[in-house]
Amino acid sequence: MSGTADSQTRYYAGIRMVPFDLLKEGVLALVGVAVLVLILAAVLSAPDSAPVTIGSWSQADPVDFVTTATAELAGQSGTAGYGPPYNSTADAAQAIGPIAPQVWAGISTPIDTANEFVLHPLELAATGNSALTAALAAYKSADATQQQTWLDAYTQALGNATEQSGQVVVAAGEYGPVPALMANLLGIARSGGLDALLLENGRFFQTDFTRPLLFMGDGNYLGNLAADQHLTGDQWGVMNETGSYPGQTWLWLYSVWYQLPPFNTAPNADLAIVLIVVALTTLLALVPFIPFLRDIPRWVPVHRLIWRRYYRGG
Amino acid sequence: MNESAREPEADRGNWTLALRRSLEHRLPLVNLLPHRQPYFVASWVYVFGVVAIAALLWIVATGVVLVFFGPQWWHISNVGHFVNALHFWAVQVFFVFMVLHLWGQYFAASWRDGRAPTWLVGVIVFAVSIVATFTGYVAQQNFDAQWIAINAKDAMNAVGVGAFFNVLNFGQMYGLHVLFFPIAVGTLVAVHVVLVRMRGVVKPIDPPGARSTQPQSPGPEPQGSQGPVA
Repeated sequence: MSGTADSQTRYYAGIRMVPFDLLKEGVLALVGVAVLVLILAAVLSAPDSAPVTIGSWSQADPVDFVTTATAELAGQSGTAGYGPPYNSTADAAQAIGPIAPQVWAGISTPIDTANEFVLHPLELAATGNSALTAALAAYKSADATQQQTWLDAYTQALGNATEQSGQVVVAAGEYGPVPALMANLLGIARSGGLDALLLENGRFFQTDFTRPLLFMGDGNYLGNLAADQHLTGDQWGVMNETGSYPGQTWLWLYSVWYQLPPFNTAPNADLAIVLIVVALTTLLALVPFIPFLRDIPRWVPVHRLIWRRYYRGG
Repeated sequence: MNESAREPEADRGNWTLALRRSLEHRLPLVNLLPHRQPYFVASWVYVFGVVAIAALLWIVATGVVLVFFGPQWWHISNVGHFVNALHFWAVQVFFVFMVLHLWGQYFAASWRDGRAPTWLVGVIVFAVSIVATFTGYVAQQNFDAQWIAINAKDAMNAVGVGAFFNVLNFGQMYGLHVLFFPIAVGTLVAVHVVLVRMRGVVKPIDPPGARSTQPQSPGPEPQGSQGPVA
C-alpha cells in the first residue's frame, strides 16, 4: 500500500473527518505522564535493596561461605560442573535432542573454580603469612587423590559445622591443610579482601562481576535471601521485585512455564522455555498472516467497544 | 508527463534526489502531521500508544540524568534516588500502556488493509523493549540485579547467547542499556509511528449494515472514489 496523501484520501472516502491536533495530544500525554510518574515516585519511591558482598555473606553465614568455597576447591560446585560457557563438564549443557546451542557456543568465559575462587586469591594474600604459605605448599604438593580425600572428609564434616566467634569449627579429622586454607580464605573474605581479589584481572579498571557473582550464586545464602523476598523461580521470581514493588510483570509469559510440569523439574527447562517464548513471540508478530488468530478480533466484539460511536452510526 | 521524465540528464541517477522525491511522495507532511482524522478515531484505545510514547520520552529524559551522574549516584544521593524512582515508574507506565496499546490494536485487527508491517514493527518494539528493560534491571547494582543476573544467566547460556551477552558483566549490560537499546527502541518506535502516519488509522471492522466488507488479511487497501468529508 502506498502512503501518499491521495491514498489516504481514497481510503477514508465517505468517512467524516474531524479536527485533530496531533501535537497538542502529544504534549498533553507528556504532561499527564509526568504528573503520574511524579506522584508515583514521590509517594512510593523505588526499590533499592543493598547488594550482598562476599564480605557480608562470609560475616552473616560463615559456614555456608566455607562450604561453598570447599566445593569450589573440590570442583563440585554448581559453577565447577556448569559446562559451557565456563568449562567443559561432560553432559552438563542443556540440550533438546540434537539442539544444543550451549555446546555450540563453546567456552567463552573459562573459569577454573579451584584456582580462581580459592587458590589464586590465597596466593595473592599469602605474602608475609608463613602459615598460609605452608598450607598452600602442602596442598599443592599433594597428589590429586590425597587432595580429594581431604576435601571429601572436610566437606562431610562441614555438614555438622558450627560457627564460633566468626570461625567455622568442625569435628577433628584428617583434613590436611584444607582447614587452614579455608580459615584464611574466610578471614580474607570477612575483611572484604576477597571481593577485590575475585575482581583482580591485572588491570586497574574492572566492570565484570562474573566471578564473584558465580561464587555467591553457588552458596545458599543469596538464595535464602531471595526466597525471603519471593524472588525464586518457583515464586515467579524473574518478574518480581524486592519489597512490594512491581517488577518485570511483562515477563509473565516466560515465568509461567517454570511453574508448570514438566518444566518445573526438567533439567533443560531454560532452553525449552526460551524456545517456546521465542516461538510465541514470532507467532504474535505474524498474527496478520495466520488464519484463526487474525480472525479472532472479528468474532470477539471488543471492536464494538473500541468503535462504539461508529457502530451507532456516527 | 511526470517530473522524472522532464528532469535534466544530469539529475538522472541522483540518489539524493530520488530519496527526496520518494519521501515527499510516500510521507507527505499532511500525513505526518495531520490536523484532521476520521471521526472513529475518537476512542480511548488510540490514547494508549501516545501515552506509551510519552512515557518512553520520560524514560529517556530521566535516564540521561542518571547517566550524567554515573551508576553509583542514585544509590548514595536522595536526589539521585528520586530520579531513579521517576525512571522506574516511567518504565512501569510505558509497559502498562504499551500492552494496552498492543491488545487494543489486536482486537481492532489493525493489521488490515496493508498495515501488517506496522503491526510487525510494533511487536518487535515490544520484544526489544523487554530486553532493554532487562539490561536495566541487571545493571542496577543492587541485590535485585545480583539475583536476576545469577538466574538469568542460565537461560542466556542455555540458548548460547551467554557467550556474547554476559548478564554477569555489569560493564557490558550498562553499556547496552544506556547506548544500544535506547537507540534501538527509539528507532523502532520512530519507524512504527511513521508507518502509522503513512498509512493512516485502519477503518473499523465490519461497517454497520454489512457482514464483512473489510478483509481480515493484511492485503492492499480497498480503493475508494470520494474524497474525505471534512
